[in-house]
Amino acid sequence: MSKREVQEVNAGSMADIAFLLLIFFLVTTTMDTDTGLARLLPPPVEEEPEDTPPIKERNVFTVLINSQNQLLVEGRPMEIRDLTEATKEFILNPLDDEKLPEKKEIEVELLGVQEVTKGVISLQNDRDTEYQTYLMVQNELQRAYNELRDDLAKRKFGKTYEELEKEEQKAVRSVFPQKISEAEPKNIGGN
Amino acid sequence: MAKFRKKKSGGQQAINTASLPDIVFMLLFFFMVSTTMKEVDMKVQIKPAQATELATLEKKELVTFIYVGVPAKKFQALYGSEPRIQLNDQFATVPDIQSYIAQSRDAMRESDQPKMTVSIKADRECPMGVITDIKQALRKAAALKINYSAAEMVKNR
Repeated sequence: MSKREVQEVNAGSMADIAFLLLIFFLVTTTMDTDTGLARLLPPPVEEEPEDTPPIKERNVFTVLINSQNQLLVEGRPMEIRDLTEATKEFILNPLDDEKLPEKKEIEVELLGVQEVTKGVISLQNDRDTEYQTYLMVQNELQRAYNELRDDLAKRKFGKTYEELEKEEQKAVRSVFPQKISEAEPKNIGGN
Repeated sequence: MAKFRKKKSGGQQAINTASLPDIVFMLLFFFMVSTTMKEVDMKVQIKPAQATELATLEKKELVTFIYVGVPAKKFQALYGSEPRIQLNDQFATVPDIQSYIAQSRDAMRESDQPKMTVSIKADRECPMGVITDIKQALRKAAALKINYSAAEMVKNR
Protein backbone atom coordinates (compact mmCIF):
# COMPACT_ATOMS: atom_id res chain seq x y z
CA MET A 1 0.00 0.00 0.00
CA SER A 2 1.32 3.35 -0.95
CA LYS A 3 0.94 6.14 1.57
CA ARG A 4 -0.41 9.31 0.07
CA GLU A 5 0.69 12.62 1.39
CA VAL A 6 -1.90 14.47 3.44
CA GLN A 7 -3.06 17.34 1.34
CA GLU A 8 -2.97 20.74 2.93
CA VAL A 9 -6.38 22.31 3.36
CA ASN A 10 -6.62 25.86 2.25
CA ALA A 11 -7.26 27.83 5.40
CA GLY A 12 -7.52 31.20 3.78
CA SER A 13 -11.27 31.37 4.11
CA MET A 14 -11.28 30.25 7.73
CA ALA A 15 -11.11 33.82 8.93
CA ASP A 16 -14.13 34.68 6.82
CA ILE A 17 -16.11 31.85 8.35
CA ALA A 18 -15.07 32.93 11.82
CA PHE A 19 -16.14 36.49 11.20
CA LEU A 20 -19.38 35.32 9.72
CA LEU A 21 -20.15 33.34 12.86
CA LEU A 22 -19.07 36.22 15.03
CA ILE A 23 -21.37 38.61 13.25
CA PHE A 24 -24.20 36.09 13.38
CA PHE A 25 -23.91 35.81 17.15
CA LEU A 26 -23.50 39.54 17.52
CA VAL A 27 -26.74 40.10 15.73
CA THR A 28 -28.80 37.34 17.31
CA THR A 29 -27.74 37.57 20.95
CA THR A 30 -30.07 39.74 22.93
CA MET A 31 -28.78 41.23 26.09
CA ASP A 32 -31.52 39.86 28.30
CA THR A 33 -33.58 43.04 28.32
CA ASP A 34 -35.74 43.75 31.31
CA THR A 35 -39.36 44.38 30.64
CA GLY A 36 -42.18 45.32 32.91
CA LEU A 37 -45.09 47.60 33.63
CA ALA A 38 -44.04 51.12 34.50
CA ARG A 39 -45.94 52.88 37.26
CA LEU A 40 -45.63 56.07 39.21
CA LEU A 41 -46.18 55.95 42.96
CA PRO A 42 -47.93 58.83 44.67
CA PRO A 43 -45.62 61.07 46.67
CA PRO A 44 -45.63 60.47 50.40
CA VAL A 45 -48.13 62.50 52.37
CA GLU A 46 -47.21 63.74 55.81
CA GLU A 47 -50.68 63.45 57.21
CA GLU A 48 -54.01 62.88 55.63
CA PRO A 49 -55.47 66.19 54.50
CA GLU A 50 -58.62 66.63 56.45
CA ASP A 51 -61.21 67.72 54.01
CA THR A 52 -60.38 66.53 50.55
CA PRO A 53 -63.16 67.39 48.17
CA PRO A 54 -65.29 64.30 47.79
CA ILE A 55 -65.14 62.57 44.44
CA LYS A 56 -68.51 61.77 43.03
CA GLU A 57 -69.48 58.14 43.10
CA ARG A 58 -69.98 58.05 39.35
CA ASN A 59 -66.44 59.25 38.75
CA VAL A 60 -64.79 56.37 40.55
CA PHE A 61 -64.20 52.97 39.04
CA THR A 62 -63.49 50.65 41.93
CA VAL A 63 -61.57 47.48 41.31
CA LEU A 64 -61.14 45.21 44.29
CA ILE A 65 -59.08 42.04 44.35
CA ASN A 66 -59.56 39.68 47.25
CA SER A 67 -57.25 37.12 48.77
CA GLN A 68 -58.71 34.41 46.53
CA ASN A 69 -57.60 36.43 43.50
CA GLN A 70 -61.19 37.27 42.57
CA LEU A 71 -62.26 40.57 41.15
CA LEU A 72 -65.04 42.87 42.24
CA VAL A 73 -65.56 45.70 39.81
CA GLU A 74 -68.07 48.42 40.70
CA GLY A 75 -69.71 46.03 43.14
CA ARG A 76 -70.03 43.16 40.70
CA PRO A 77 -67.80 40.10 40.34
CA MET A 78 -65.94 40.09 37.07
CA GLU A 79 -63.45 37.98 35.18
CA ILE A 80 -60.08 39.53 34.43
CA ARG A 81 -60.58 39.17 30.69
CA ASP A 82 -63.66 41.44 30.79
CA LEU A 83 -61.87 44.18 32.65
CA THR A 84 -60.37 45.91 29.62
CA GLU A 85 -63.75 46.46 27.97
CA ALA A 86 -65.32 47.66 31.22
CA THR A 87 -62.46 50.09 31.77
CA LYS A 88 -62.71 51.45 28.26
CA GLU A 89 -66.42 51.98 28.62
CA PHE A 90 -65.85 53.76 31.91
CA ILE A 91 -63.24 56.08 30.45
CA LEU A 92 -65.09 56.86 27.24
CA ASN A 93 -68.67 56.90 28.52
CA PRO A 94 -69.88 56.92 24.91
CA LEU A 95 -73.59 57.25 25.69
CA ASP A 96 -73.25 59.89 28.41
CA ASP A 97 -74.64 57.48 30.93
CA GLU A 98 -75.66 59.02 34.26
CA LYS A 99 -73.80 56.32 36.14
CA LEU A 100 -70.58 56.67 34.21
CA PRO A 101 -68.17 59.55 34.81
CA GLU A 102 -68.59 63.13 33.77
CA LYS A 103 -66.50 64.62 31.03
CA LYS A 104 -65.03 68.03 30.62
CA GLU A 105 -63.91 69.70 27.45
CA ILE A 106 -60.36 70.90 27.30
CA GLU A 107 -58.24 72.44 24.62
CA VAL A 108 -55.42 70.13 23.59
CA GLU A 109 -52.56 71.18 21.36
CA LEU A 110 -52.63 69.53 17.93
CA LEU A 111 -56.00 67.93 18.63
CA GLY A 112 -58.27 70.86 19.38
CA VAL A 113 -61.10 70.62 21.87
CA GLN A 114 -61.41 67.15 23.32
CA GLU A 115 -63.65 65.56 25.89
CA VAL A 116 -61.64 64.26 28.79
CA THR A 117 -63.12 62.06 31.43
CA LYS A 118 -63.11 63.02 35.08
CA GLY A 119 -63.07 59.39 36.05
CA VAL A 120 -60.50 57.85 38.34
CA ILE A 121 -59.72 54.17 38.64
CA SER A 122 -59.38 53.04 42.20
CA LEU A 123 -57.55 49.79 42.71
CA GLN A 124 -57.46 47.98 45.99
CA ASN A 125 -56.03 44.61 46.75
CA ASP A 126 -55.74 42.29 49.70
CA ARG A 127 -52.44 41.52 51.35
CA ASP A 128 -52.81 37.92 50.25
CA THR A 129 -53.57 38.66 46.62
CA GLU A 130 -51.14 36.87 44.37
CA TYR A 131 -48.66 39.10 42.58
CA GLN A 132 -49.52 37.57 39.22
CA THR A 133 -53.20 38.47 39.60
CA TYR A 134 -52.39 42.00 40.66
CA LEU A 135 -50.10 42.35 37.69
CA MET A 136 -52.73 40.98 35.33
CA VAL A 137 -55.21 43.58 36.57
CA GLN A 138 -52.63 46.32 36.10
CA ASN A 139 -51.94 44.84 32.71
CA GLU A 140 -55.59 44.94 31.66
CA LEU A 141 -55.93 48.53 32.81
CA GLN A 142 -52.82 49.41 30.86
CA ARG A 143 -54.22 47.61 27.85
CA ALA A 144 -57.40 49.67 28.06
CA TYR A 145 -55.37 52.88 28.03
CA ASN A 146 -53.11 51.65 25.26
CA GLU A 147 -56.04 50.70 23.07
CA LEU A 148 -57.79 54.01 23.64
CA ARG A 149 -54.63 55.94 22.88
CA ASP A 150 -54.02 53.86 19.80
CA ASP A 151 -57.56 54.47 18.58
CA LEU A 152 -57.23 58.20 18.98
CA ALA A 153 -53.80 58.25 17.40
CA LYS A 154 -55.07 56.32 14.40
CA ARG A 155 -58.10 58.56 14.05
CA LYS A 156 -56.18 61.80 14.27
CA PHE A 157 -52.77 61.00 12.88
CA GLY A 158 -53.22 57.74 11.03
CA LYS A 159 -50.48 56.07 13.04
CA THR A 160 -50.29 53.98 16.17
CA TYR A 161 -49.44 55.67 19.43
CA GLU A 162 -45.97 54.16 19.41
CA GLU A 163 -45.17 55.65 16.01
CA LEU A 164 -46.15 59.19 16.93
CA GLU A 165 -43.76 62.03 17.55
CA LYS A 166 -43.09 63.07 21.15
CA GLU A 167 -45.39 66.08 20.90
CA GLU A 168 -48.23 64.08 19.43
CA GLN A 169 -47.86 61.40 22.05
CA LYS A 170 -48.08 64.06 24.70
CA ALA A 171 -51.28 65.40 23.18
CA VAL A 172 -52.82 61.95 23.06
CA ARG A 173 -51.73 61.29 26.60
CA SER A 174 -53.42 64.41 27.85
CA VAL A 175 -56.70 63.22 26.37
CA PHE A 176 -56.33 59.86 28.09
CA PRO A 177 -54.28 60.49 31.21
CA GLN A 178 -53.63 57.41 33.26
CA LYS A 179 -55.42 57.92 36.53
CA ILE A 180 -55.05 54.88 38.69
CA SER A 181 -55.27 55.40 42.39
CA GLU A 182 -54.23 52.65 44.73
CA ALA A 183 -55.67 52.51 48.17
CA GLU A 184 -53.87 50.99 51.11
CA PRO A 185 -54.48 47.27 51.04
CA LYS A 186 -56.78 45.68 53.51
CA ASN A 187 -56.40 42.41 55.22
CA ILE A 188 -59.93 41.16 54.92
CA GLY A 189 -59.23 37.73 53.61
CA GLY A 190 -57.31 36.62 56.64
CA ASN A 191 -55.17 33.58 56.83
CA MET B 1 1.15 9.92 -16.77
CA ALA B 2 0.27 11.35 -13.45
CA LYS B 3 2.93 12.90 -11.39
CA PHE B 4 3.73 11.32 -8.10
CA ARG B 5 5.05 13.26 -5.24
CA LYS B 6 7.92 12.17 -3.12
CA LYS B 7 6.74 10.05 -0.29
CA LYS B 8 7.59 11.31 3.13
CA SER B 9 9.23 8.96 5.49
CA GLY B 10 6.39 8.37 7.96
CA GLY B 11 5.49 10.80 10.77
CA GLN B 12 2.27 12.77 11.08
CA GLN B 13 1.90 16.00 9.26
CA ALA B 14 1.33 19.09 11.37
CA ILE B 15 -2.10 20.65 11.11
CA ASN B 16 -2.15 24.20 9.97
CA THR B 17 -2.97 26.36 12.96
CA ALA B 18 -3.09 29.66 11.19
CA SER B 19 -6.83 30.00 11.80
CA LEU B 20 -6.72 29.13 15.45
CA PRO B 21 -6.40 32.75 16.51
CA ASP B 22 -9.51 33.56 14.54
CA ILE B 23 -11.49 30.92 16.35
CA VAL B 24 -10.19 32.03 19.69
CA PHE B 25 -11.01 35.64 18.93
CA MET B 26 -14.45 34.66 17.84
CA LEU B 27 -15.12 32.85 21.08
CA LEU B 28 -13.69 35.74 23.00
CA PHE B 29 -15.93 38.24 21.27
CA PHE B 30 -18.93 36.02 21.72
CA PHE B 31 -18.46 35.73 25.43
CA MET B 32 -17.66 39.39 25.76
CA VAL B 33 -20.91 40.27 24.12
CA SER B 34 -23.26 37.78 25.72
CA THR B 35 -22.02 38.03 29.29
CA THR B 36 -23.71 40.62 31.42
CA MET B 37 -21.21 42.27 33.63
CA LYS B 38 -22.25 41.84 37.21
CA GLU B 39 -25.16 39.50 37.50
CA VAL B 40 -26.36 39.51 41.06
CA ASP B 41 -26.12 36.24 42.85
CA MET B 42 -29.73 35.23 43.20
CA LYS B 43 -30.62 34.09 46.66
CA VAL B 44 -34.35 34.02 46.12
CA GLN B 45 -36.23 31.99 43.57
CA ILE B 46 -38.18 34.05 41.11
CA LYS B 47 -40.60 32.74 38.56
CA PRO B 48 -41.37 35.92 36.68
CA ALA B 49 -44.93 37.11 36.42
CA GLN B 50 -46.35 37.47 32.96
CA ALA B 51 -48.04 40.35 31.23
CA THR B 52 -48.66 41.61 27.71
CA GLU B 53 -48.49 45.41 27.80
CA LEU B 54 -44.81 45.59 28.52
CA ALA B 55 -42.44 48.49 28.36
CA THR B 56 -38.72 47.95 28.09
CA LEU B 57 -36.40 49.22 30.76
CA GLU B 58 -33.93 51.13 28.74
CA LYS B 59 -31.07 52.69 30.59
CA LYS B 60 -29.61 50.02 32.82
CA GLU B 61 -27.63 52.45 34.91
CA LEU B 62 -30.81 54.19 36.03
CA VAL B 63 -32.42 51.05 37.33
CA THR B 64 -32.22 49.66 40.83
CA PHE B 65 -33.53 46.19 41.44
CA ILE B 66 -35.44 44.77 44.35
CA TYR B 67 -35.93 41.02 44.30
CA VAL B 68 -38.75 39.32 46.15
CA GLY B 69 -39.27 35.60 46.40
CA VAL B 70 -38.93 32.45 48.41
CA PRO B 71 -35.31 31.86 49.49
CA ALA B 72 -33.39 29.32 47.44
CA LYS B 73 -33.25 25.76 48.76
CA LYS B 74 -29.88 26.10 50.44
CA PHE B 75 -30.96 29.19 52.37
CA GLN B 76 -34.29 27.86 53.51
CA ALA B 77 -32.89 26.36 56.69
CA LEU B 78 -31.68 29.78 57.71
CA TYR B 79 -34.29 32.09 56.28
CA GLY B 80 -37.42 29.98 56.09
CA SER B 81 -39.70 29.58 53.13
CA GLU B 82 -41.72 32.77 53.37
CA PRO B 83 -41.06 35.29 50.58
CA ARG B 84 -38.11 37.49 51.42
CA ILE B 85 -36.56 40.60 49.95
CA GLN B 86 -33.13 40.57 48.38
CA LEU B 87 -31.19 43.78 47.87
CA ASN B 88 -27.92 43.42 46.04
CA ASP B 89 -26.45 40.18 47.35
CA GLN B 90 -28.13 40.10 50.70
CA PHE B 91 -31.39 39.26 52.28
CA ALA B 92 -33.01 42.34 53.67
CA THR B 93 -36.09 43.57 55.43
CA VAL B 94 -38.44 46.38 54.50
CA PRO B 95 -36.75 49.03 56.69
CA ASP B 96 -33.46 48.40 54.84
CA ILE B 97 -34.98 49.59 51.58
CA GLN B 98 -34.77 53.27 52.38
CA SER B 99 -31.04 53.24 52.98
CA TYR B 100 -30.52 50.98 49.98
CA ILE B 101 -32.36 53.43 47.74
CA ALA B 102 -30.46 56.36 49.19
CA GLN B 103 -27.22 54.51 48.58
CA SER B 104 -27.94 53.65 44.99
CA ARG B 105 -29.18 57.16 44.38
CA ASP B 106 -25.93 58.59 45.69
CA ALA B 107 -23.99 56.31 43.38
CA MET B 108 -25.70 57.89 40.38
CA ARG B 109 -24.76 61.03 38.57
CA GLU B 110 -26.65 64.00 39.90
CA SER B 111 -28.36 64.65 36.60
CA ASP B 112 -29.63 61.08 36.54
CA GLN B 113 -30.99 60.98 40.03
CA PRO B 114 -34.51 62.23 39.23
CA LYS B 115 -34.81 59.58 36.53
CA MET B 116 -34.05 56.72 38.86
CA THR B 117 -36.33 53.76 38.39
CA VAL B 118 -36.83 50.93 40.81
CA SER B 119 -37.67 47.61 39.28
CA ILE B 120 -39.52 45.19 41.51
CA LYS B 121 -38.75 41.64 40.45
CA ALA B 122 -41.15 39.48 42.36
CA ASP B 123 -42.17 35.90 42.15
CA ARG B 124 -45.56 35.44 40.59
CA GLU B 125 -46.95 33.65 43.63
CA CYS B 126 -45.69 36.19 46.07
CA PRO B 127 -48.48 37.74 48.16
CA MET B 128 -49.09 41.44 47.63
CA GLY B 129 -48.51 42.23 51.30
CA VAL B 130 -44.74 42.22 50.90
CA ILE B 131 -44.93 44.24 47.73
CA THR B 132 -47.22 46.79 49.29
CA ASP B 133 -44.77 47.21 52.14
CA ILE B 134 -42.00 47.74 49.61
CA LYS B 135 -44.10 50.29 47.77
CA GLN B 136 -44.74 52.22 50.96
CA ALA B 137 -41.03 52.16 51.77
CA LEU B 138 -40.24 53.41 48.27
CA ARG B 139 -42.70 56.23 48.67
CA LYS B 140 -40.98 57.24 51.89
CA ALA B 141 -37.63 57.04 50.13
CA ALA B 142 -39.06 59.26 47.38
CA ALA B 143 -38.32 56.70 44.69
CA LEU B 144 -41.59 57.03 42.85
CA LYS B 145 -40.80 55.66 39.42
CA ILE B 146 -41.24 51.95 39.67
CA ASN B 147 -41.50 49.09 37.28
CA TYR B 148 -43.21 45.79 37.96
CA SER B 149 -40.92 43.36 36.23
CA ALA B 150 -42.73 40.85 34.06
CA ALA B 151 -42.01 38.59 31.15
CA GLU B 152 -43.89 38.45 27.87
CA MET B 153 -46.97 36.28 28.21
CA VAL B 154 -46.39 32.94 26.57
CA LYS B 155 -49.81 32.12 25.28
CA ASN B 156 -52.49 34.49 24.16
CA ARG B 157 -55.52 34.60 26.34
